[in-house]
Amino acid sequence: MASITDTKVGSHGHDHHHDESFLTPKSTMWATIIDWATTVDHKKIGLMYLVTILFMFLLGGLAALAVRLELLEPTRTVQTMLADGSVKTVIEGQLFTVAGAANVADSNNLYNKIFTLHGLIMVFLVIVPSVPASLGNFFIPLMLGAKDVAFPRLNLASWYIYLIGSFFAIASALVGGVDTGWTFYTPYSTMTDEGHWKVVFMILSAFILGFSSILTGLNFIVTVHKLRAPGMGWFDMPLFIWGMYGTSLIQVLATPVIGITLLLLVFERLFHIGIFDPRMGGDPVLFQHFFWFYSHPVVYVMILPGMAIMSELIAVFCRKKVFGYRAVAFSSLAIAAIAFVVWGHHMFTAQGEVASAIFSALTFLVALPSAVKVFNWIATLYKGSISLKTPMWYALGFLFLFSIGGLTGLFLGTLSVDLHLHDTYFVVAHFHYVMMGGTIIAFVGGLHMWWPKMFGKMYNEFWGQIGFWLVFLGFNLTFFPQFIMGVHGMPRRYASYVDEFTIYHQLSTYGSWMLLAGFLVHLFNFIYSLAAGPKAPPNPWGGLSLEWTDADSPPTTHNFSHDPIVTHGPYDFDDVVPPQTKPGEFPLPAPLPAGARAH
Amino acid sequence: MASIPADKHGTGSVENLPPHETYRHAEHFRNAADEFDAAKMGVWLFLATEVLLFSGLFVFYGVMRMLHPEAFIHGSSLLDWRWGLFNTIVLLLSSFTVADAVRCAQSGDQKGLKRNIVLTFILGTAFLLIKFIFEYAPKYAEGKLPGAFFSYPNWESPYEPLWWGLYWGATGIHASHVVVGMGLFIWLYIRAKKGHFGPKHYTAVEGVGLYWHIVDIVWIFLFPMLYLIH
Ligand code: HEM
Ligand SMILES: [Cu+2]
Repeated sequence: MASITDTKVGSHGHDHHHDESFLTPKSTMWATIIDWATTVDHKKIGLMYLVTILFMFLLGGLAALAVRLELLEPTRTVQTMLADGSVKTVIEGQLFTVAGAANVADSNNLYNKIFTLHGLIMVFLVIVPSVPASLGNFFIPLMLGAKDVAFPRLNLASWYIYLIGSFFAIASALVGGVDTGWTFYTPYSTMTDEGHWKVVFMILSAFILGFSSILTGLNFIVTVHKLRAPGMGWFDMPLFIWGMYGTSLIQVLATPVIGITLLLLVFERLFHIGIFDPRMGGDPVLFQHFFWFYSHPVVYVMILPGMAIMSELIAVFCRKKVFGYRAVAFSSLAIAAIAFVVWGHHMFTAQGEVASAIFSALTFLVALPSAVKVFNWIATLYKGSISLKTPMWYALGFLFLFSIGGLTGLFLGTLSVDLHLHDTYFVVAHFHYVMMGGTIIAFVGGLHMWWPKMFGKMYNEFWGQIGFWLVFLGFNLTFFPQFIMGVHGMPRRYASYVDEFTIYHQLSTYGSWMLLAGFLVHLFNFIYSLAAGPKAPPNPWGGLSLEWTDADSPPTTHNFSHDPIVTHGPYDFDDVVPPQTKPGEFPLPAPLPAGARAH
Repeated sequence: MASIPADKHGTGSVENLPPHETYRHAEHFRNAADEFDAAKMGVWLFLATEVLLFSGLFVFYGVMRMLHPEAFIHGSSLLDWRWGLFNTIVLLLSSFTVADAVRCAQSGDQKGLKRNIVLTFILGTAFLLIKFIFEYAPKYAEGKLPGAFFSYPNWESPYEPLWWGLYWGATGIHASHVVVGMGLFIWLYIRAKKGHFGPKHYTAVEGVGLYWHIVDIVWIFLFPMLYLIH
C-alpha cells in the first residue's frame, strides 16, 4: 500500500530484487540454502532462530512429557519397569544407555537426567533466546524503520554460536546426560560424573550460549540507539522495543558474570582448582551466589520480552493507546535494575539470617514494576474495542497466568514462608506460571499476531482459538495442582512420592498431554497456513507501528520501499484511525497525502 | 541479494584513490558518522562485558583471600614482582603504540600506522614470551600448580593450591585475551597494508585499540593484586 505514494531510494532504486519478498527462493535449491546460511538479513536470521528454537522446544517438551509420565504413579511407571528389566522404554533404548538399569538407583538416575535435560534446554536453549532472537530480530528493525540491525554479520554469528552451544548440550545428553539440575550446584556438579565430559560439555554449552546472548543484546542496544527512523524519539518507540531494550541491557550486564563462573566451574572440574571445594578451602555456596547473581536477572531476560509483546497485543487488539506509556516503559528499566539485587532469595536456606532478611525485603520491590505493567494493561482494556482473536486470547491468558505466577513469587519472597515452600513443587509451579504462563504464552500470542506479517499468510482463526483453549486449560491443569502439593510438602526433583500426592500428580500428567495437544494444533495450523492459508494484507489488524503501516506482508528484502518517516505514535488510534463501524473490525489509518514521504 | 555488506571498500581503482578514500558506509546506516558511532558503541558495550567478566574474577579473588589470607600472602611472596613490573611496562608501552596507531590512521600517516601495529604486536609477543619463559615454565617445573596438580614442597598454608588455582586462572584468562589481541593486530596489519584505513575510515583501528587498552587495564589491576599486596 505504501508504494503508491513513494519514490524509490536513489542508489538502489534500480535493483530489481528490491520489491521482492525476502522469502523469495533463489533459482536452485542449493543457491537458496547457501543464501539462507550466509544471510545477514535480520528477517531470515530471525526465522532461522525461530525454527531452531521451536525444535529445541520440542526436545525440551519431550523430556517434560517423560518426567510427567514417570510421575503418573507413586513408584511404578517407567522407573519400576526399568528396574524389573521387564520393559525397555524408548528413552532407555535410544537416547540414554542405562546399562542394564538393574536397580532402582539407576532408574532414579535416569529420571534426574531427564528433568535436568528438560530444565537446561528450556532455560538456556529456549526461553532465554526465544523472543529476542526470533521476533526481536525480525521486528526491531522493522518497528524502528531501519533496514537491518546495527551489526548484521554479528547477528548471523550469534546464530551459529547458538548452534554450537546447542550442539554441546545435545552431545552431553547423547554421551550419557547430566543429573545436576539446571542450576549446576557445587559440589554436586564437580564431584559426580567420573568421566568428566558430560558435565563439562553441558557447562560449556551454557557458556557458549552466553556469547550468543551477549551478541544479540549488544546488537539490539546499538540498533535502538542509532537506527531509529527520522521522527522517532525514545518515547515514540513501540513498547515492544522498550522491553527488548531492557532485556538486552540485562543480557549484556549479567551474562559475563555467569561466563566467568562457568569457566571457573570448568577449571574446577578439569584442574580441581578447589575454589568451590571445601576440602581445599573453597566455598560451594559462593557458586550459588554467582549463579543467582546472573540467573535471577536472567529470569527477567525471560519475562521482559513476554511483557514487551503484551503491550503490542493489548494495544492492537483493543485499538487504544496503552495506558501510562512512560510508566510501562520505565518499569522495564526498573525491573532490569532491581533484578540485580535480589538474587539471595534463591538462597534463603543457604546464607546468613541477616542477608536473607535483606534479600526478602528487596525481593518485594521487584513485584512493584511488574504490577505497574499489569495494572496498565488492564486499564488499557477498559473501554477498549476488544477483538477476541487468538492473539488477544493469549494476551488475556498472560494477564491471568502471570498474575498468579507473580503473586506466588511474593509468597516465596517472604522469608518465613519460603523456609517451608523452598524446594517443593510450589516453586516449580511458581516458575512455570511466570516462565511458561508468561513468556511462552506471550510468545505464542505474538507469533499469531505477527504470523501474517512474517509469512504473508493468515492462520486459521478457529483452530487458533481451539489451540489457545487447549494450551490454557492444559497449562492450568498441569501446574495448578503443583501449588497444592507443594504446600502439602511434595519436594521437587524426586522420581517417586507417597500415595497422598497421587491425584495431584495424575492431574498434572493429564494436563501435560493436553498441552501437547494444544501445541500440536498450533503447529498444524501454522503448517497449513504456510501451505494453503489465505494471503495476508499488509495490515490485517490495523496496527500503527511501522511494520504494519509501512512494510509489505511479508516484507521486501530491504524492509521498506522508501525511508519511513514517523508521523504518528504507535498507539495513536484515536487520532489517526477512523472509528470502527462494527465490532471486531480493524479500520486502517488514513493514507498519507501523496508525496508526504518523498525525499 | 539478501546481503548488506557491513563494510564496503572501493577497489581503489576509481581515480586511483586508495580504498579508505572511496569507502562507502553500509547501506543500513544513514551516513558514515552514524556507522562509526554505532561501531564504537558496540565496542564499548563489549568492553563492559569484559570488565564485568574480570570483576567477577576479582570478587572470587577477594572472597578467597578473605577466607585464607595466609595462603595468599605466602603464595604471592613466591612471585617475582620484578617480572610483573617489567611486563606491566611492556604492556603500558604497547598501549602507547596502539594509541599512536589510531592517531596515525586519523592523520593518514600510513607508514606510521603500520609501524605502530607491528610494534604493538612485538610488545604483546614480548609480554607472552616473558610470561611463559620466566613465569609459567619455572612454576610449572616446581609444581606451583593449581589444586590437584600442586606438588610444591615448601608450602606454608594447606590452602596454597587454591591460590595457585586463582593465579593460573586469572593470568591465563588474561593471557588468552592477549593472544586474541595478537590475532587482531595481524588482521589490522593486513588491512592497513591494503590501504583500508585513513582519516575517513579507521573504525577497526579504533576498536582494536580500545580492546587493547582494556586488556592493559586488567593487567594493571592483576599486577598489584597478585604480586604486590602482602
Ligand atoms: C513478581 C516477581 C517475582 C518474585 C517476587 C519471585 C520470587 C521468587 C523466589 C523467592 C524464588 C525462590 C523460591 C525458592 O527456591 O524457595 C523464586 C524462584 C524462581 N523464580 Fe521467581 N519471582 C518472581 C518472578 C519470576 C519471573 C518473572 C520468573 C521467570 C520468568 C521467575 C522464575 C523463577 C525460577 C526459574 C525460579 C526457580 C529457580 C530454581 O530453583 O530452579 N520468577 N522466585
Ligand atoms: Cu529470583
